[in-house]
Amino acid sequence: MKPTKAGNLASRSALRAQIDDNLRKVYEAALSEEVPDRFKDLLEKLKAKETP
Amino acid sequence: MADRKPAPPVDPRERLAGALPSLRAFAISLCRNVTQADDLVQETLLKAWRNIEKFDPATNLEAWLFTILRNTFYSSLRKSRREVSDPDGAHAGSLYEKPAHDGRLAMNDFQRAFDQLSPEHREVLILVGASGYSCEEASEMMGVAVGTVKSRASRARKKLAELMHLEKGEDLFSGTDGAMAAVISKSAVQG
Repeated sequence: MKPTKAGNLASRSALRAQIDDNLRKVYEAALSEEVPDRFKDLLEKLKAKETP
Repeated sequence: MADRKPAPPVDPRERLAGALPSLRAFAISLCRNVTQADDLVQETLLKAWRNIEKFDPATNLEAWLFTILRNTFYSSLRKSRREVSDPDGAHAGSLYEKPAHDGRLAMNDFQRAFDQLSPEHREVLILVGASGYSCEEASEMMGVAVGTVKSRASRARKKLAELMHLEKGEDLFSGTDGAMAAVISKSAVQG
């Protein structure tokens, strides 16, 4: 039993909004993770190699 | 008068540390494995450092880094897909493994469904849905046509909705989903 076309569009855009909202949450959760020191250490090591 | 170019404002390499949080977030979104993501970030930083002269400082550093990262990810993915004879990508679909020191990626229905997407689908959704890139910007980073970005994003969202059983607005046990019915009937037989 398929919903009406109008109902379909409305629920599709609500669905899309819900998905995008969750996507941002997933991404923001990853963003809020503390960045391990190893990367800053790596950058500092690389920089130190460059200085004459 | 000597034709002296003004000193460049900031060495782009000084800006790499600032890009770390978003670069790592993107890596985690792609790999769904924190250990693998960190290795990917490390490799990306090395490549970026060594190839910094290829970066135009007037352009978006984050986008440049994202592009290096995703290219690195896919080239090692292609390599491992070739090594594991996996023509249908069935193995690739299950690339998510629990991170070694677990628990940091909190699981809920959406994340579970997100994990089951192909990396290509996760990538496009994160770029245009979460990172705020336009389809045009994403198309450059992904190396595909703008139309491909849009259709891939559309398919990815549809797949996600299916995985979450949202499309028909039905709950897990009232759907006409053949796969789900098979699972239910199989467990009934074994029960």
